[in-house]
Amino acid sequence: MAFGRSSRSRRPVEPVTLKILVAGGFGVGKTTLVGAVSEIRPLRTEERLSEAGRPVDDTAGVESKTTTTVAMDFGRITLREDLVLYLFGTPGQDRFWFLWDELAQGALGAVVLADTRRLEDCFAAVDYFEQRAIPFTVAVNCFEGADRFPTETVQAALDLDPEVPVLICDARDRSSVRDVLVAVVEHALARADRFREPATT
Amino acid sequence: MSADSSRGTPPGSPAAPTDPQSSRWYDADAGPVVRPYAMTRGRTSSASRHRLDLIAIVVPEPAADDPGRDQTLSPEHVEIVELCSNMPQSIAELASGLDLPVGVVRVLVGDLVEDELVHVTRPVPPAELPDVNILREVINGLRAL
Repeated sequence: MAFGRSSRSRRPVEPVTLKILVAGGFGVGKTTLVGAVSEIRPLRTEERLSEAGRPVDDTAGVESKTTTTVAMDFGRITLREDLVLYLFGTPGQDRFWFLWDELAQGALGAVVLADTRRLEDCFAAVDYFEQRAIPFTVAVNCFEGADRFPTETVQAALDLDPEVPVLICDARDRSSVRDVLVAVVEHALARADRFREPATT
Repeated sequence: MSADSSRGTPPGSPAAPTDPQSSRWYDADAGPVVRPYAMTRGRTSSASRHRLDLIAIVVPEPAADDPGRDQTLSPEHVEIVELCSNMPQSIAELASGLDLPVGVVRVLVGDLVEDELVHVTRPVPPAELPDVNILREVINGLRAL
């Protein structure tokens, strides 16, 4: 039998799928954050770039390596049988930004994960989402040994719009990450409401 | 490791790649046995009308139950149908589960759509804002976690 099943008793549910992006600098905790709430162990999806990376990658000593692998973390949260939220960790290296455009398409919102010791690492992500009008939340991952700053200070340092939520989070903690995700969706909802108001009145 | 022996050789030096003893890579280190796009017979895009989104869900059609319906399917095609029969999955999950590049999975799923063995859900189009009610349901769902 080709597919090992002779009959299907009921049609599979076709869930509505949504995605939230998780961006931020290298080593800021994107994979940890995705893993903290995902119901599947952090999966990685890989793009092999046999041509695009060749002029850039230094393959000295491994000349027979002709492919570059770009990994994107992703996780899944099944909210209901018919409503599934996917989380995508964006590739960290700048030269893979062309992959972001695909990820950002149709994204519900984004989390920009920040580390106060190297806040500049998340500037690029903040710019990206601002330019594309994608609702985002800045989540400051509280690393041990890093100074704690009030969220207002981070807001000012990143020159964010006052409406952009800034939260302190622990990327390892499920409930903390859940609060960050709720903040992203609430922010997206507030924006959607504002968009609709002029049209309906 | 054995790759070390070629280190220090100037890039492009003819000695390094031609010497069969210089690089002994086994199993996964040696790379895929079949190059990824060989599975698509060199195609990098599928005939289907629109590019499949990463979170588009692949759902098997009743015809997918039909044994031996299409003898031209590759093992990878069959594997995709089997994975989706257990539970409909997104393009991204399939790529990860099969350890194939997303581009390859898109082409293979495109073939299956053409064969009417599966259909693919379309996520919210990027130009449209997600429905406000859906956003509220997401918030409620997240709070209940």
